[in-house]
Amino acid sequence: MSQNTPRDWASHPRYISPDYKSSRLRGVSRNLVEIDPELAELTGPAFGEEVVGPLDYDLTRNGRVNGEPLGERIIVTGRVLGENGDPVPNTLVEVWQANAAGRYVHIRDQHDAPLDPNFLGAGRCVTDDNGEYRFITIKPGAYPWGNHPNAWRPNHIHFSLYGPTIATRLVTQMYFPGDPLLELDPIYQSVPAESRERLVSRFSIDVTEESYALGYVFDIVLRGVNATPVEA
Amino acid sequence: MAMKQTPSQTVGPYFAYGLTAQQYHYPHSQYAGGCLVSERTKGERIRIVGRVLDGNGDAVDDAMIEIWQANAAGRFDHPNDAREARPLDPAFKGFGRFGTGTMPDNSFRFETIKPGAIRDGVAPFISVTVFGRGMMNHAYTRLYFSDEGDANASDPVLERVPADRRDTLIATRNETATGVEYRFDIRMQGDGETVFFDF
Ligand SMILES: [Fe+2]
Repeated sequence: MSQNTPRDWASHPRYISPDYKSSRLRGVSRNLVEIDPELAELTGPAFGEEVVGPLDYDLTRNGRVNGEPLGERIIVTGRVLGENGDPVPNTLVEVWQANAAGRYVHIRDQHDAPLDPNFLGAGRCVTDDNGEYRFITIKPGAYPWGNHPNAWRPNHIHFSLYGPTIATRLVTQMYFPGDPLLELDPIYQSVPAESRERLVSRFSIDVTEESYALGYVFDIVLRGVNATPVEA
Repeated sequence: MAMKQTPSQTVGPYFAYGLTAQQYHYPHSQYAGGCLVSERTKGERIRIVGRVLDGNGDAVDDAMIEIWQANAAGRFDHPNDAREARPLDPAFKGFGRFGTGTMPDNSFRFETIKPGAIRDGVAPFISVTVFGRGMMNHAYTRLYFSDEGDANASDPVLERVPADRRDTLIATRNETATGVEYRFDIRMQGDGETVFFDF
């Protein structure tokens, strides 16, 4: 019988996490209604290489206008796995982030820090047969936000993944080891304590490339899917 | 080896240039948007319009909606749906994505087709996923059609929903000068809070 492993609510934040102010009016407040997954939940959009441009994995090059972007060049790589430990191959990974100064290209971002004409901050790639993805980018800066007085987001990269079905969909954020802002950040802190560290990448000297860029590893675990195709 | 799920985090306010770049006119490609159809797509053309309303009833202008649906024959374009008796439509993938920050009324809108029922005994529907600043996790709901009263009345998923909340899942059909439009507002909280699913 086809099924998805359940959403593990012990691993995810609550919809309403009061310290993250905007969740108070936007989080789902009533109990979810449980339904048995059927074909609609055991299928989903299957985007692969056809939607990825040749420079989409390299954020240090895909936004260049007249030179190199400023900041600390880094490599971010990892594996996308199901809960059973199997790799999730050929799935789209999308990222977006602030530049080295902590400024987003988004028109709403009015933080008084410079835009970088050579950095867009958006990229995508597809996992290989081992579930591996790899981006080259610039380490994003911290930035202030209006949640509470003197609030700053830790350095982070936003990630969006599909996996094989709509049930495996995940949007998350990757953080950096040793960031003193993590313990002050209500978005990071909204995750149950025993699960938080899964959002923190680890520095790797093996991924680091000599005279080029530091390497960080961020593995991502999606819900498992055990689906047999429905024939009739 | 059992591994633990990576926790969800909000898409935040700045997803637009990464996930919906062309809709928002950023210089980055976008592979899925508000239009799911081409001239060759089979099925009844419909438009879906709605807003995401917060606990105060205000329209959220930084939410993102994704829809996933079967084609006019009730078949999903995915290897897990291998039902040859229901033909695939090469002109229809069934996935759309739209941010609520570009229309004057903060609405989302999709140009698509009305899906066929995916099997006997169920009403046609579209799967809807809601993301947004302020949402720590995305939320799953379904859109059913107001002109499918009989099928809706005996649909096994709608039967799981408390009777007084079912109408939060029914999109209202209107015949407009520019075609058939279904209205589907999503209320995150409060009176008439939309039913969200776990599966
Ligand atoms: Fe951010």
